[in-house]
Amino acid sequence: MTATSASNAKTVQSESAVLPGQGGITGSLSDKFWRNPKLLLILMLTPPALWLGIIYLGSLFALLAQSFFSIDEFSGMVQYELTLKTYGELFRPANLDIIIRTVSMAAIVTFAAACVAFPIGYFAARYARGKWKALFYIGVMLPLWSSYLVKVYAWKLILAKEGILTWIFTKLHLTWLLEAWLAIPIIGGYSLSVSYTGTFLVFLYVWLPFMVLPVQAALERVPGSFIEASGDLGATPGQTFRHVIFPLALPGIVAGSIFTFSLTLGDYIIPQIVGSSRLFIGQAVYAQQGTAGNIPLAAAFTVVPIVIMGFYLWGAKRMGAFDAL
Amino acid sequence: MTTAVSFAKVSRHFGAVRAVDNVDLSIAEGEFFAMLGPSGSGKTTCLRLIAGFEQPTSGHIEIFGTTVEHVPPYRRNVNTVFQDYALFPHMNIIDNVAYGLMIRGMNKADRHAAANEALELVALPGYGERRPGQLSGGQRQRVALARALVNKPKVLLLDEPLGALDLKLREQMQEELKILQRKLGITFVFVTHDQGEALSMADRVAVFNDGKIQQIGSPQDIYQRPESRFVADFVGSSNVLEPGFVKQLTGKESYASLRPEAIRIVSADGHSATVTGSSYLGGTTRISLALGDMRIGALIPADQAVPENGTTVQISWQENDLHLMEGAQ
Repeated sequence: MTATSASNAKTVQSESAVLPGQGGITGSLSDKFWRNPKLLLILMLTPPALWLGIIYLGSLFALLAQSFFSIDEFSGMVQYELTLKTYGELFRPANLDIIIRTVSMAAIVTFAAACVAFPIGYFAARYARGKWKALFYIGVMLPLWSSYLVKVYAWKLILAKEGILTWIFTKLHLTWLLEAWLAIPIIGGYSLSVSYTGTFLVFLYVWLPFMVLPVQAALERVPGSFIEASGDLGATPGQTFRHVIFPLALPGIVAGSIFTFSLTLGDYIIPQIVGSSRLFIGQAVYAQQGTAGNIPLAAAFTVVPIVIMGFYLWGAKRMGAFDAL
Repeated sequence: MTTAVSFAKVSRHFGAVRAVDNVDLSIAEGEFFAMLGPSGSGKTTCLRLIAGFEQPTSGHIEIFGTTVEHVPPYRRNVNTVFQDYALFPHMNIIDNVAYGLMIRGMNKADRHAAANEALELVALPGYGERRPGQLSGGQRQRVALARALVNKPKVLLLDEPLGALDLKLREQMQEELKILQRKLGITFVFVTHDQGEALSMADRVAVFNDGKIQQIGSPQDIYQRPESRFVADFVGSSNVLEPGFVKQLTGKESYASLRPEAIRIVSADGHSATVTGSSYLGGTTRISLALGDMRIGALIPADQAVPENGTTVQISWQENDLHLMEGAQ
């Protein structure tokens, strides 16, 4: 560097090699945190750690502990002695029915959500750009902005015998199809709004965004060159989907299915408003801790989704769902 | 000699952008062919047209005499080494290399044997169990090469395959690629923006600019006899002399190119030029000179004194180093 450029630079910069401190509380705090990065970390993590550790996990463990107590059948009082009796009650035919019904519904809703979400996520990740991408996000998120109850009641009207769906089927001269569907045992019923089909449709609608977003995020991380490379090596689009796209999207599908599966397992409002009057786990918990006053059984019912999710994640990991992470 | 790839008036437009514009091209079987040009010059689009990832807007493409305009990539016996290597992260190295064979339905034992052979070819034996993430950039590049070669393609396409490697590794891979190509006899089509790479590796070079081929020829042709100012400037940063000046020297009014290494500093009877800057390159020093209105670069060998900035020197060159450009722009 020549002498002239050095002197030019000097007029722009400060005379000293170290700039003066900013002063004030924020200035001195900034200096302190810069010297002790751990201090800042501790300050930032303590409140959420307390919340998570004491209020959140603490109350969860308190709940779980309840499940090892039992209720005295004559007095209706909780007996604070450790026992597996309450868990035994879960295996009564009536309670087992509730569990099987809920788990089947959750599995079907999850599978259907994955099937519907994949093309949407694929389009958003691979083709949507600019305003189309914004439209995708709004389209997926918008339903989340309105009240859950409003949506469920809206669906009750849509699915009702006098509702718009029946009207559409009539106009299309497809009433016979709707009636044939409703005549099928178990999934059918008097109208869609009081059938398992209706419950399924509302679950699918309400939880779909929770599947679309992780699937889209996973597909977003698959570079276009992977798909081209697969085709270049001789794979047809179908083979590319099976061997490259699907395995790489699997972590997203699993993440989404954790949401849809566990949310369906725990929900107690949708099956109460739309569907047959048969109970789901969430309703059973609600009924046991409320009107029945059987807190231990309610707690035991709560453990069921937790255990199922544990097995589900373990199985997913064994199948290699997280290998690409 | 069989023609491996031929382009006849091929264009590829993206909206108003003419990425490839009326290109005629013929690549011979067994040739190491380089497509050289700055980014956005259409060289990568040409490669993608051969691979089948792009379809021409107009024109005609043949691979070994077969029309391929409506043939999807997965039915072309052509394989690509991608710029980012595109190794599948959910498969180990052996399954990556054997992917093409697996797709063709070869049984596991046979395809793993073939993949191991390919890994040996690229000097990576015993790496089969690892994951792409556990390999260095240079190793991944070799795996990508093995994955393409194991399919025994008729044409191997390489999209800036050495771009992500550091200088030392790049030079080593340049040599290895060339040896590999001679050994296998497969037609290699190589895209690069590095003129040194193109000159050192290729049998023939096509220089691209603005979607058009500026010049096709041997590395010697391209370097010593550039046909346009663009080629002269892009390949080895030749000096371009103005037509007025060239007329004084030769009597012909035309642009001319002059290689920096052809210029010598002499004690007398040269052209007077002023030194405006210098940069030390190790083996040589590159100095900038003002010759009238023109800025000229010259290389000073390490054993000669480098003139100071601001001094006037006499420069000279052999008459046959001055190359008149017919297609001057």
